[in-house]
Amino acid sequence: MSSSEQPCPLSHAEMIDAWFLENRAKVLDLAAFLDRLDRPTGPSSDDFRVAALRDAISLLIDGTSDRTRRIQMLLSDHSSEPIDTAPMQGALGAVPPADTL
Amino acid sequence: MKYIDPHIHMVSRTTDDYRRMAQAGCVAITEPAFWAGFDRCSVDGFRDYYRQLTDTEPKRAAQYGIKHHCWLCINPKEAEDIGFAREVMSAIPEFLDQPNVLGIGEIGLNKNSKNELSVLEAHLALAKARDTLVLVHTPHLEDKYKGTMLIMDAVSNAGLDADRVLIDHVEEHTVGAVLDRGFWAGMTLYPDTKCTPQRAVDILERWGTDRIWMNSAGDWGNSDPLAIPKARMEMKRRRHPTAMIEQVTFGNPVAFLSRSPNFSVDV
Repeated sequence: MSSSEQPCPLSHAEMIDAWFLENRAKVLDLAAFLDRLDRPTGPSSDDFRVAALRDAISLLIDGTSDRTRRIQMLLSDHSSEPIDTAPMQGALGAVPPADTL
Repeated sequence: MKYIDPHIHMVSRTTDDYRRMAQAGCVAITEPAFWAGFDRCSVDGFRDYYRQLTDTEPKRAAQYGIKHHCWLCINPKEAEDIGFAREVMSAIPEFLDQPNVLGIGEIGLNKNSKNELSVLEAHLALAKARDTLVLVHTPHLEDKYKGTMLIMDAVSNAGLDADRVLIDHVEEHTVGAVLDRGFWAGMTLYPDTKCTPQRAVDILERWGTDRIWMNSAGDWGNSDPLAIPKARMEMKRRRHPTAMIEQVTFGNPVAFLSRSPNFSVDV
Protein backbone atom coordinates (compact mmCIF):
# COMPACT_ATOMS: atom_id res chain seq x y z
CA MET A 1 0.00 0.00 0.00
CA SER A 2 1.37 3.43 -0.93
CA SER A 3 1.31 6.31 1.56
CA SER A 4 -1.31 8.13 -0.52
CA GLU A 5 -3.91 5.39 -0.34
CA GLN A 6 -7.17 6.13 1.49
CA PRO A 7 -8.59 2.65 2.11
CA CYS A 8 -12.34 2.21 2.23
CA PRO A 9 -13.32 2.11 5.92
CA LEU A 10 -15.89 -0.64 5.30
CA SER A 11 -15.20 -4.28 6.06
CA HIS A 12 -15.22 -6.94 3.36
CA ALA A 13 -18.64 -8.15 4.54
CA GLU A 14 -20.07 -4.63 4.62
CA MET A 15 -18.94 -4.04 1.03
CA ILE A 16 -20.63 -7.23 -0.11
CA ASP A 17 -23.83 -6.33 1.73
CA ALA A 18 -23.86 -2.88 0.14
CA TRP A 19 -22.97 -3.70 -3.48
CA PHE A 20 -23.63 -7.38 -4.19
CA LEU A 21 -27.07 -6.88 -5.70
CA GLU A 22 -25.93 -3.99 -7.88
CA ASN A 23 -23.07 -6.07 -9.30
CA ARG A 24 -25.20 -9.21 -9.62
CA ALA A 25 -27.44 -7.15 -11.89
CA LYS A 26 -24.46 -5.98 -13.95
CA VAL A 27 -23.26 -9.56 -14.52
CA LEU A 28 -26.76 -10.53 -15.68
CA ASP A 29 -26.84 -7.54 -18.04
CA LEU A 30 -23.53 -8.62 -19.54
CA ALA A 31 -24.76 -12.20 -19.94
CA ALA A 32 -27.97 -10.97 -21.53
CA PHE A 33 -26.00 -8.86 -24.02
CA LEU A 34 -23.93 -11.88 -25.09
CA ASP A 35 -27.11 -14.00 -25.33
CA ARG A 36 -28.71 -11.28 -27.45
CA LEU A 37 -25.77 -11.43 -29.85
CA ASP A 38 -26.40 -15.19 -30.23
CA ARG A 39 -30.00 -14.77 -31.35
CA PRO A 40 -29.99 -12.98 -34.72
CA THR A 41 -30.37 -15.33 -37.67
CA GLY A 42 -27.89 -15.21 -40.50
CA PRO A 43 -24.10 -15.09 -40.32
CA SER A 44 -22.61 -13.59 -37.17
CA SER A 45 -20.05 -10.86 -37.56
CA ASP A 46 -16.56 -11.18 -36.15
CA ASP A 47 -16.69 -7.77 -34.51
CA PHE A 48 -13.41 -6.69 -32.91
CA ARG A 49 -15.30 -4.97 -30.08
CA VAL A 50 -17.04 -8.17 -29.02
CA ALA A 51 -13.73 -10.05 -29.26
CA ALA A 52 -12.19 -7.39 -26.99
CA LEU A 53 -15.09 -7.75 -24.58
CA ARG A 54 -14.57 -11.52 -24.37
CA ASP A 55 -10.84 -10.94 -23.70
CA ALA A 56 -11.77 -8.45 -20.97
CA ILE A 57 -14.09 -10.99 -19.37
CA SER A 58 -11.17 -13.43 -19.24
CA LEU A 59 -9.20 -10.87 -17.23
CA LEU A 60 -12.14 -10.50 -14.83
CA ILE A 61 -11.87 -14.10 -13.74
CA ASP A 62 -8.12 -14.72 -13.86
CA GLY A 63 -7.80 -14.36 -10.09
CA THR A 64 -5.35 -11.45 -10.29
CA SER A 65 -6.10 -8.00 -8.86
CA ASP A 66 -5.81 -4.61 -10.60
CA ARG A 67 -8.49 -5.82 -13.02
CA THR A 68 -9.81 -2.37 -13.98
CA ARG A 69 -6.45 -0.95 -15.02
CA ARG A 70 -5.52 -4.14 -16.85
CA ILE A 71 -8.80 -4.12 -18.80
CA GLN A 72 -8.32 -0.45 -19.64
CA MET A 73 -4.90 -1.31 -21.06
CA LEU A 74 -6.32 -4.27 -22.97
CA LEU A 75 -8.77 -1.88 -24.65
CA SER A 76 -6.14 0.81 -25.38
CA ASP A 77 -4.02 1.75 -28.37
CA HIS A 78 -0.41 1.07 -27.35
CA SER A 79 1.29 2.85 -30.24
CA SER A 80 3.25 5.97 -29.38
CA GLU A 81 3.51 8.16 -32.51
CA PRO A 82 0.84 10.63 -33.70
CA ILE A 83 -1.15 9.36 -36.68
CA ASP A 84 -1.09 11.27 -39.99
CA THR A 85 -4.76 12.27 -40.02
CA ALA A 86 -7.77 11.65 -37.79
CA PRO A 87 -9.99 9.06 -39.53
CA MET A 88 -13.12 10.17 -37.62
CA GLN A 89 -14.08 12.30 -34.62
CA GLY A 90 -15.44 9.56 -32.34
CA ALA A 91 -13.97 6.55 -30.56
CA LEU A 92 -15.00 2.90 -30.67
CA GLY A 93 -14.07 1.53 -27.24
CA ALA A 94 -11.53 -1.02 -28.48
CA VAL A 95 -8.66 -0.85 -30.92
CA PRO A 96 -9.87 -1.69 -34.44
CA PRO A 97 -7.78 -3.91 -36.70
CA ALA A 98 -5.32 -1.81 -38.69
CA ASP A 99 -6.90 -2.71 -42.05
CA THR A 100 -10.29 -1.26 -41.06
CA LEU A 101 -9.10 2.33 -40.67
CA MET B 1 -22.18 21.00 2.11
CA LYS B 2 -21.00 23.12 -0.82
CA TYR B 3 -19.13 21.89 -3.87
CA ILE B 4 -17.57 23.12 -7.10
CA ASP B 5 -18.14 21.50 -10.49
CA PRO B 6 -14.88 22.44 -12.24
CA HIS B 7 -15.86 21.11 -15.66
CA ILE B 8 -19.39 21.43 -17.01
CA HIS B 9 -20.78 22.73 -20.31
CA MET B 10 -23.71 24.83 -19.20
CA VAL B 11 -24.33 26.24 -22.70
CA SER B 12 -25.83 22.79 -23.35
CA ARG B 13 -27.87 22.63 -20.15
CA THR B 14 -31.14 24.17 -19.06
CA THR B 15 -31.64 26.85 -16.44
CA ASP B 16 -33.43 24.16 -14.43
CA ASP B 17 -30.06 22.38 -14.17
CA TYR B 18 -28.55 25.50 -12.59
CA ARG B 19 -31.37 25.46 -10.05
CA ARG B 20 -30.96 21.78 -9.21
CA MET B 21 -27.17 22.14 -8.93
CA ALA B 22 -27.55 25.10 -6.58
CA GLN B 23 -30.03 23.14 -4.48
CA ALA B 24 -27.49 20.30 -4.27
CA GLY B 25 -24.81 22.67 -2.95
CA CYS B 26 -22.98 23.88 -6.08
CA VAL B 27 -21.47 27.33 -5.50
CA ALA B 28 -19.10 27.65 -8.47
CA ILE B 29 -18.42 26.07 -11.85
CA THR B 30 -15.83 26.36 -14.57
CA GLU B 31 -16.84 25.84 -18.18
CA PRO B 32 -14.23 24.87 -20.77
CA ALA B 33 -14.74 25.65 -24.45
CA PHE B 34 -15.67 22.44 -26.27
CA TRP B 35 -17.15 20.83 -29.36
CA ALA B 36 -20.81 21.68 -29.90
CA GLY B 37 -21.67 18.28 -31.41
CA PHE B 38 -21.14 19.70 -34.90
CA ASP B 39 -18.28 21.56 -36.57
CA ARG B 40 -18.73 25.32 -36.55
CA CYS B 41 -18.11 26.89 -39.95
CA SER B 42 -16.78 30.35 -39.18
CA VAL B 43 -14.49 32.22 -36.84
CA ASP B 44 -17.43 34.48 -35.98
CA GLY B 45 -19.31 31.39 -34.83
CA PHE B 46 -16.58 30.89 -32.25
CA ARG B 47 -16.64 34.59 -31.31
CA ASP B 48 -20.34 34.23 -30.51
CA TYR B 49 -19.56 31.13 -28.44
CA TYR B 50 -16.81 32.92 -26.49
CA ARG B 51 -19.22 35.79 -25.87
CA GLN B 52 -21.75 33.29 -24.53
CA LEU B 53 -19.09 31.87 -22.17
CA THR B 54 -17.85 35.25 -20.94
CA ASP B 55 -21.08 37.22 -20.79
CA THR B 56 -24.31 35.20 -21.01
CA GLU B 57 -23.53 32.17 -18.83
CA PRO B 58 -22.14 34.16 -15.86
CA LYS B 59 -25.45 36.04 -15.70
CA ARG B 60 -27.51 32.84 -15.96
CA ALA B 61 -25.47 31.17 -13.20
CA ALA B 62 -25.63 34.21 -10.93
CA GLN B 63 -29.42 33.92 -10.73
CA TYR B 64 -28.82 30.81 -8.60
CA GLY B 65 -25.85 32.07 -6.62
CA ILE B 66 -23.34 30.09 -8.71
CA LYS B 67 -20.06 31.75 -9.71
CA HIS B 68 -19.31 31.04 -13.37
CA HIS B 69 -15.79 30.87 -14.83
CA CYS B 70 -14.58 29.65 -18.21
CA TRP B 71 -11.66 28.48 -20.32
CA LEU B 72 -11.11 29.33 -23.99
CA CYS B 73 -9.76 27.35 -26.94
CA ILE B 74 -10.73 25.50 -30.08
CA ASN B 75 -11.47 21.92 -29.07
CA PRO B 76 -9.24 19.16 -30.50
CA LYS B 77 -12.22 17.67 -32.35
CA GLU B 78 -12.15 20.75 -34.56
CA ALA B 79 -8.36 20.86 -34.85
CA GLU B 80 -7.91 18.60 -37.87
CA ASP B 81 -8.43 21.57 -40.21
CA ILE B 82 -5.28 23.27 -39.03
CA GLY B 83 -5.74 26.46 -41.06
CA PHE B 84 -9.22 27.05 -39.66
CA ALA B 85 -8.04 26.20 -36.15
CA ARG B 86 -5.31 28.83 -36.34
CA GLU B 87 -7.84 31.42 -37.57
CA VAL B 88 -10.07 30.66 -34.58
CA MET B 89 -7.11 30.82 -32.22
CA SER B 90 -6.34 34.33 -33.45
CA ALA B 91 -9.68 35.43 -31.93
CA ILE B 92 -9.01 34.00 -28.48
CA PRO B 93 -6.82 36.85 -27.17
CA GLU B 94 -9.77 39.24 -27.69
CA PHE B 95 -11.49 37.45 -24.79
CA LEU B 96 -8.67 36.39 -22.46
CA ASP B 97 -8.95 39.51 -20.31
CA GLN B 98 -12.64 39.03 -19.57
CA PRO B 99 -13.12 38.80 -15.80
CA ASN B 100 -14.35 35.18 -15.67
CA VAL B 101 -11.65 33.66 -17.93
CA LEU B 102 -9.27 31.33 -16.06
CA GLY B 103 -7.06 30.23 -18.92
CA ILE B 104 -6.77 27.96 -21.94
CA GLY B 105 -8.94 24.84 -22.16
CA GLU B 106 -10.10 22.30 -22.79
CA ILE B 107 -7.24 21.74 -25.16
CA GLY B 108 -5.64 18.37 -25.84
CA LEU B 109 -5.99 15.56 -28.34
CA ASN B 110 -8.90 13.58 -29.77
CA LYS B 111 -7.60 10.96 -32.23
CA ASN B 112 -3.91 11.71 -31.57
CA SER B 113 -3.21 13.10 -35.02
CA LYS B 114 -0.33 15.29 -36.12
CA ASN B 115 -2.58 18.30 -36.80
CA GLU B 116 -4.25 17.95 -33.39
CA LEU B 117 -0.80 17.93 -31.81
CA SER B 118 0.23 21.08 -33.72
CA VAL B 119 -2.88 22.92 -32.53
CA LEU B 120 -2.28 21.70 -28.96
CA GLU B 121 1.28 23.05 -29.12
CA ALA B 122 -0.01 26.42 -30.36
CA HIS B 123 -2.46 26.60 -27.45
CA LEU B 124 0.28 25.70 -24.97
CA ALA B 125 2.47 28.47 -26.41
CA LEU B 126 -0.41 30.92 -25.95
CA ALA B 127 -0.88 29.81 -22.33
CA LYS B 128 2.85 30.20 -21.72
CA ALA B 129 2.91 33.67 -23.28
CA ARG B 130 -0.12 34.83 -21.25
CA ASP B 131 0.90 32.93 -18.10
CA THR B 132 -2.52 31.28 -17.74
CA LEU B 133 -3.69 28.05 -16.21
CA VAL B 134 -4.36 25.16 -18.59
CA LEU B 135 -7.18 22.61 -18.60
CA VAL B 136 -6.44 19.58 -20.77
CA HIS B 137 -8.92 17.16 -22.35
CA THR B 138 -7.59 13.65 -22.84
CA PRO B 139 -8.95 11.44 -25.65
CA HIS B 140 -11.82 9.01 -25.37
CA LEU B 141 -11.72 5.26 -24.79
CA GLU B 142 -9.07 3.39 -26.81
CA ASP B 143 -7.23 6.63 -27.62
CA LYS B 144 -6.89 7.87 -24.01
CA TYR B 145 -3.71 6.09 -22.92
CA LYS B 146 -1.63 7.07 -25.94
CA GLY B 147 -3.07 10.60 -26.02
CA THR B 148 -2.40 11.22 -22.35
CA MET B 149 1.26 10.29 -22.79
CA LEU B 150 1.61 12.52 -25.89
CA ILE B 151 -0.09 15.41 -24.11
CA MET B 152 2.13 15.24 -21.03
CA ASP B 153 5.22 15.27 -23.25
CA ALA B 154 3.87 18.27 -25.20
CA VAL B 155 3.21 20.21 -21.99
CA SER B 156 6.70 19.45 -20.72
CA ASN B 157 8.23 20.45 -24.06
CA ALA B 158 6.33 23.75 -23.94
CA GLY B 159 8.03 24.63 -20.68
CA LEU B 160 4.84 24.94 -18.68
CA ASP B 161 4.85 24.28 -14.95
CA ALA B 162 3.02 20.97 -14.39
CA ASP B 163 1.53 22.40 -11.21
CA ARG B 164 -0.46 24.92 -13.32
CA VAL B 165 -1.89 22.27 -15.66
CA LEU B 166 -4.85 20.00 -14.96
CA ILE B 167 -5.07 16.82 -17.06
CA ASP B 168 -8.74 15.88 -17.22
CA HIS B 169 -10.71 12.68 -17.80
CA VAL B 170 -8.12 10.46 -16.08
CA GLU B 171 -9.03 6.83 -15.47
CA GLU B 172 -7.35 3.86 -13.83
CA HIS B 173 -4.72 3.45 -16.57
CA THR B 174 -3.67 7.12 -16.72
CA VAL B 175 -4.14 8.64 -13.26
CA GLY B 176 -0.88 7.28 -11.84
CA ALA B 177 1.29 8.69 -14.63
CA VAL B 178 -0.46 12.09 -14.49
CA LEU B 179 0.05 12.47 -10.74
CA ASP B 180 3.59 11.06 -10.83
CA ARG B 181 4.61 13.75 -13.35
CA GLY B 182 3.34 16.53 -11.06
CA PHE B 183 0.14 17.47 -12.90
CA TRP B 184 -3.27 17.96 -11.36
CA ALA B 185 -5.79 15.28 -12.35
CA GLY B 186 -9.51 15.49 -13.07
CA MET B 187 -11.95 12.57 -13.02
CA THR B 188 -15.05 12.91 -15.16
CA LEU B 189 -18.20 11.18 -13.93
CA TYR B 190 -20.15 9.83 -16.91
CA PRO B 191 -22.84 7.14 -17.04
CA ASP B 192 -21.22 5.06 -19.83
CA THR B 193 -17.75 6.35 -20.63
CA LYS B 194 -15.00 7.74 -18.37
CA CYS B 195 -15.61 7.12 -14.59
CA THR B 196 -18.73 6.15 -12.73
CA PRO B 197 -18.99 7.72 -9.26
CA GLN B 198 -18.10 4.31 -7.81
CA ARG B 199 -14.90 3.96 -9.84
CA ALA B 200 -13.94 7.56 -9.13
CA VAL B 201 -14.07 6.83 -5.40
CA ASP B 202 -12.05 3.65 -5.99
CA ILE B 203 -9.40 5.81 -7.68
CA LEU B 204 -9.31 8.14 -4.67
CA GLU B 205 -8.88 5.14 -2.38
CA ARG B 206 -5.97 3.84 -4.48
CA TRP B 207 -4.20 7.02 -5.58
CA GLY B 208 -5.10 9.41 -2.76
CA THR B 209 -6.71 12.84 -2.62
CA ASP B 210 -3.84 15.19 -3.44
CA ARG B 211 -3.98 17.21 -6.69
CA ILE B 212 -7.19 15.55 -7.88
CA TRP B 213 -10.79 16.62 -8.39
CA MET B 214 -13.96 15.27 -9.93
CA ASN B 215 -16.38 16.88 -12.38
CA SER B 216 -19.59 16.08 -14.21
CA ALA B 217 -18.54 17.40 -17.64
CA GLY B 218 -22.29 17.67 -18.18
CA ASP B 219 -23.00 18.56 -21.80
CA TRP B 220 -25.38 17.76 -24.67
CA GLY B 221 -24.61 14.02 -24.52
CA ASN B 222 -25.27 11.28 -22.00
CA SER B 223 -24.16 13.03 -18.82
CA ASP B 224 -25.41 14.08 -15.39
CA PRO B 225 -25.06 17.61 -13.98
CA LEU B 226 -25.63 16.17 -10.50
CA ALA B 227 -22.85 13.59 -10.78
CA ILE B 228 -20.69 15.21 -8.10
CA PRO B 229 -23.38 15.04 -5.39
CA LYS B 230 -23.82 11.38 -6.35
CA ALA B 231 -20.09 10.72 -5.95
CA ARG B 232 -20.16 12.51 -2.59
CA MET B 233 -22.99 10.18 -1.57
CA GLU B 234 -20.87 7.22 -2.64
CA MET B 235 -18.04 8.47 -0.41
CA LYS B 236 -20.49 8.85 2.48
CA ARG B 237 -21.82 5.32 1.94
CA ARG B 238 -18.26 4.07 2.29
CA ARG B 239 -17.90 6.12 5.49
CA HIS B 240 -15.06 8.29 4.22
CA PRO B 241 -14.56 11.30 6.48
CA THR B 242 -16.31 14.56 5.67
CA ALA B 243 -12.94 16.32 5.43
CA MET B 244 -11.90 13.99 2.59
CA ILE B 245 -15.15 14.62 0.70
CA GLU B 246 -14.77 18.38 1.10
CA GLN B 247 -11.14 18.27 0.00
CA VAL B 248 -11.87 16.55 -3.30
CA THR B 249 -15.06 18.40 -4.21
CA PHE B 250 -14.28 21.88 -2.88
CA GLY B 251 -10.81 22.37 -1.38
CA ASN B 252 -8.80 20.94 -4.26
CA PRO B 253 -10.67 22.90 -6.96
CA VAL B 254 -10.19 26.08 -4.92
CA ALA B 255 -6.47 25.34 -4.47
CA PHE B 256 -5.85 24.85 -8.21
CA LEU B 257 -8.21 27.47 -9.61
CA SER B 258 -7.07 30.19 -7.17
CA ARG B 259 -3.80 30.30 -9.10
CA SER B 260 -5.80 32.40 -11.57
CA PRO B 261 -6.52 35.92 -10.30
CA ASN B 262 -9.94 35.69 -11.97
CA PHE B 263 -11.19 32.84 -9.79
CA SER B 264 -13.31 33.65 -6.79
CA VAL B 265 -15.73 31.77 -4.60
CA ASP B 266 -17.20 32.36 -1.16
CA VAL B 267 -15.35 30.03 1.22
